[in-house]
Amino acid sequence: DIDNVGRKYHLKLVLEDIVEKDNIVNCTAEILYHLDNTNAAPDVHFEIEGELKNTEEQDNIFYNRIKSLKKELVAQNIPDSHGNVPPEMEPIRLLAQAAAGYVVWQNSTENTRYELAQIKRVRQVKRSDDYLEFDYMVLLHEFVSQEIIPWQMTVLWHPQHGVKVTQNSRQPKHAEH
Amino acid sequence: DQVLHIVPKTLQQVQHLQHLCNTLPLDLWKPLLPENIWTGEDLHMRVPAPVVKEVKDSLDEHLISYEYDLIANILKQDLQALVDQSVPRMGGSPRQGPAGYNYTQYHPMEEIYQWMTQVKESNSELVTQHDLGKTSENRTIYYLQISQASNKNKKIIWMDCGIHAREWISPAFCQWFVKEILQNYKSDPKISRFLQNLDLYILPVLNVDGYIYSWEKERLWRKNRSPHMNGTCHGTDLNRNFNSSWGSVGVSYNCSSNIFCGSGPESEPETRAVAQFIERKKDDIVCYLTIHSYGQYILTPYGSTTKPPSNNEELMQVAEKAAAALMGKYGTSYQVGSTSSILYNNSGSSRDWAHMIGIPFSYTFELRDDGTHGFVLPEDQIEPTCEETM
Repeated sequence: DIDNVGRKYHLKLVLEDIVEKDNIVNCTAEILYHLDNTNAAPDVHFEIEGELKNTEEQDNIFYNRIKSLKKELVAQNIPDSHGNVPPEMEPIRLLAQAAAGYVVWQNSTENTRYELAQIKRVRQVKRSDDYLEFDYMVLLHEFVSQEIIPWQMTVLWHPQHGVKVTQNSRQPKHAEH
Repeated sequence: DQVLHIVPKTLQQVQHLQHLCNTLPLDLWKPLLPENIWTGEDLHMRVPAPVVKEVKDSLDEHLISYEYDLIANILKQDLQALVDQSVPRMGGSPRQGPAGYNYTQYHPMEEIYQWMTQVKESNSELVTQHDLGKTSENRTIYYLQISQASNKNKKIIWMDCGIHAREWISPAFCQWFVKEILQNYKSDPKISRFLQNLDLYILPVLNVDGYIYSWEKERLWRKNRSPHMNGTCHGTDLNRNFNSSWGSVGVSYNCSSNIFCGSGPESEPETRAVAQFIERKKDDIVCYLTIHSYGQYILTPYGSTTKPPSNNEELMQVAEKAAAALMGKYGTSYQVGSTSSILYNNSGSSRDWAHMIGIPFSYTFELRDDGTHGFVLPEDQIEPTCEETM
């Protein structure tokens, strides 16, 4: 506890690659939850032991595939009800997971636990620059309230510049239909 | 070279066979790995000529019976058949039950109803099906009783699945569990001893209406489907509706919430159906299990308070053992502890209620996974989830 500021947590954790389960990286982090926690995301500082996997090749394959599509990509329900994801949608899902990580961070308090439950729909948005843009409607699952919260995210991605969430907003409960 | 065919009868035989595989240059054809050698399951191994005598002497010494073929005598087709059998299909071999039921897929409620009928009909010496009560949309809630005829008065283990609609891996596990018991009770000494002393009561889907709704309308639905506020709002969280400090903590009094505890304790027909039955049989029930997902937890009482239950040490000991055994299978790690200490506070849970009325061993299992897929667990994880939990 830090008087008049908030509560700090010191964490030692292990990062596990979703794609390659054997690829694990040690990490230490410091999280500060602010006393006045309305609208303020927790402060996060972290250090990674070693390096993250180089994904340049797969990134470029995905980038070129999307760039060469004749019509903008549109998809629903990833994964589907039975947990299936078509292989060509896997990068779309991983991108959503990364973007959702940002949204979750911005909205977390000591009393929440959010997980990405499903992508309801995703729509590619054409751009004149080099970035890929996707408009996602995802469902976040919050553990304590057990609620499923629809959330809109506008996500930009570029193989060299990484992920950016340029817009995100919580939606009313029936927004996903 | 010779090919030996063995069906190990006891754990000691399994261990000896594993020892042989690990110390001699034996070519295990089926199963592929020594750690998958089980009692009652076929084993095929090719034994190189130089060690044939040593292996057979060792098997004779341990009273392990075997059949053998000279490799030269095995017809090309037989060899191919053996190889085909031992190569696992994608996602593991789907075990087949009554009339080819696929236990590695999720099934809609109609199919589960049919499955229960088939199971009881093809295992009538062991299984009976019973009506527990009706849901709020007037569907029948059935449980299966697995009970070996005996003059002993046996204690009961109760397990219910599917109290929350979206947790599909839970009913999948109950069906798997029944299948495993019925397939192996004659050949597996552990299971047959179990059934000599205990009766198993399995409820594959408690929240039938909710489960159907999650198939037809909204995959991530949680509650039952009872109407409130003139039908403008539906559903009570059945796991907040039991009479265990009902309505005190970790609930909402608002129907639109996913943790709405209902209009009163046991206000829901599904809750009443379970509670009335368990209340009647409570003197004979030693263990109450309720299966959920996700999170990978084995949760002990209580959720409504941090005050530990009277037999907390024993409860924890057994749960730790279970978690270790589970991890031993595929490395999946489960956390063990009371809901209030490792998750959150909640009142009205079935697990708390079962313990409060006197059932000593009361646990909530939260199955795979840890959040990556959450409720929408892919079907190729049904088999490993069920095997490790078994």
